[in-house]
Amino acid sequence: MRNLIISLCAVLFGLIGGGVLMAVTGHDPFEGYKFLFQGGLKNSQRLGDTLATGTPLIFTGLSVAFAFRTGLFNIGAAGQMLFGGFCATVIGLNVDTSRPLLLLMMIVAALLGGAVWAFIPGLLKARFNVHEVVSTIMMNWIAYWTIYYAVPAYLKAESVETESRLLPDKATLKSTFLSDMFGGSYINMGLYVAVIAVIIIAFIINKTTLGYELKAVGYNRHSAEYAGIKVNRSIITSMLISGALAGLGGMAQFAGNGANIQIGVLPTQGYDGIAVALLGANSPLGVLISALFFGLLYSGRGFMNAMTDIPPEIADSIIAIIIYFAATSVLMDRLITRIVNRRRAATGGAGTSGPVSGKENA
Amino acid sequence: MWTTIEQIFPYAIMFTIPLLITALGGLFSERSGVVNIGLEGLMVMGSFIGALTISKLQTAWPQHMVGAIWIGLLVALAAGVLFSLLHAFASVHLSANQVISGTAINMIAGAITVFLSRNITGSGNIRLTNGFQSFDVPWLSDIPILGPLLFTKTYWTTWLILAVVLISAWVLKKTPFGLRLRACGEYPQAAEAAGVNVRRMRYIGVMISGAFASLGGAILLVTIAGEFTGTVAGLGFLSLAALIFGQWRPLGILAATLFFGFASTVANVSQVIPALQDIPPIILKLFPYVITLIALVIFSKSSQAPKAAGEVFDSGKR
Repeated sequence: MRNLIISLCAVLFGLIGGGVLMAVTGHDPFEGYKFLFQGGLKNSQRLGDTLATGTPLIFTGLSVAFAFRTGLFNIGAAGQMLFGGFCATVIGLNVDTSRPLLLLMMIVAALLGGAVWAFIPGLLKARFNVHEVVSTIMMNWIAYWTIYYAVPAYLKAESVETESRLLPDKATLKSTFLSDMFGGSYINMGLYVAVIAVIIIAFIINKTTLGYELKAVGYNRHSAEYAGIKVNRSIITSMLISGALAGLGGMAQFAGNGANIQIGVLPTQGYDGIAVALLGANSPLGVLISALFFGLLYSGRGFMNAMTDIPPEIADSIIAIIIYFAATSVLMDRLITRIVNRRRAATGGAGTSGPVSGKENA
Repeated sequence: MWTTIEQIFPYAIMFTIPLLITALGGLFSERSGVVNIGLEGLMVMGSFIGALTISKLQTAWPQHMVGAIWIGLLVALAAGVLFSLLHAFASVHLSANQVISGTAINMIAGAITVFLSRNITGSGNIRLTNGFQSFDVPWLSDIPILGPLLFTKTYWTTWLILAVVLISAWVLKKTPFGLRLRACGEYPQAAEAAGVNVRRMRYIGVMISGAFASLGGAILLVTIAGEFTGTVAGLGFLSLAALIFGQWRPLGILAATLFFGFASTVANVSQVIPALQDIPPIILKLFPYVITLIALVIFSKSSQAPKAAGEVFDSGKR
């Protein structure tokens, strides 16, 4: 409940911050927001685009949230996504078989690619106690440069130097059924996979021994070890699953929303995943909702930019402000505690103050 | 071979300087106990404010091209201090997770600078018509061997930053302020017991990192890039790597950034230099990151990292 209030407050502050930005630069915030939300929701096609834009964010958000639960900060979702997407693209361009089998192979490739990329920081953390934040940042740039040279060398398009060949339709997650249902939107089967992933991850976290162990390591590494949980193995497992999720996000992006992989960019969805996880309070359902919310901001901004002269980067700015407020949730936490205490005192709770929350961010 | 080296050297040094000053900023922050992965964003901010100021001033006073650049650097530095206050406030006063706050800094800088740039200039890029011109140091550039390597095609900013590094090394090592700052990063409770205002020191540390990283972004703009594009292509993260590789010491950072500067320059020019054509460029590009991972493993037992960096200061904890 408290988490929900904090997240809603962060969103509210983010929207206010965005409104102030619009006002300061001489635009009408109300008109801006009207077109921003219309752009993401106005008709079935725009709604479909919103869902599609949110799909990779669901994966990267889940990825970051899952690692968070084990007390790991996976800042490398971007690199894992890039490498997972690259592996899927390699299969998609080079293997020719029936569509279900091909897609299955691509999904496995994306899972493995992302997992491999996260395995290295996991291993370094477990074996040498190397901080995962630094090692995953390094892995991001290693992925960036690997893709930068591997794509032109092996998957180069005919005329364009900076992207791979287009995947054939059967090697993408495109679905005419979904597209028709949403009026020609680029929504695709990635969304199904994302929802399945949310359910599986929720099951793992809440209902399995593995999830229990991972959470125990996240709460207190030493007591988990004392209780007989193999901490090092848990760290590596958690990073593997986290990386695999990000890798799937790469497939959803490069072989679902798009149909090829570009060089020279670290996908923004990697860092946005941190915002998604934070806003969703690291719960799978929260991740799903906040990813779709960010998808809405991202898909509505084009329409807003067309109807007003507000630059599209307002969406990124709003998300950035939201993550800042989510990071400083202690502020809101204190505020809520104070309000609750005051109300208790006012209703005659005979001097019993509520539990003073000393919540620290993990 | 010798001509190749002579050609590469000035570029490598030019490329080293923004990394060096940014990593040095990160050093002050981490030594005071605040991890700052917002260096990338601070560089972007410096690059933006620098580009904006310089392009406006140069149009207003066409006769003072160089003066406008110096003012631009100063304004960028001041803007970096202000912007870093966001991170300082979150990590010192609000006990926020410093990594998340730093990530927020990166995201805010990347988004808001382009947003403002589009509003002010109508485009997401700001191009400078005039950057700094390089010059040969008189007398010194005539020294055989060393002259062509170190004293040709240099920039005033290079000498300035090298001086800043030496001063910083002295300040951190020899002055009471430096000792207090380092104490806040190692054992803040002890520092507090000795009468040091830990929160204030951490604010100062983060503000210095904001100033230096932002200056780094602006120097990158006026010497190498010549254009603000909304990103510094991971140089802030590379500086962070240099900070670790240099084991949180000013001269270590100098060595690490020189090393990275050379690696990057060699990678950039390897295609046009016959002696290097056989080395695949991917190896040179990956080099700094892989070597940092290896360094992290090697130093994992004897890391010189400030012990309390990244931890929320709790004055009651013992």
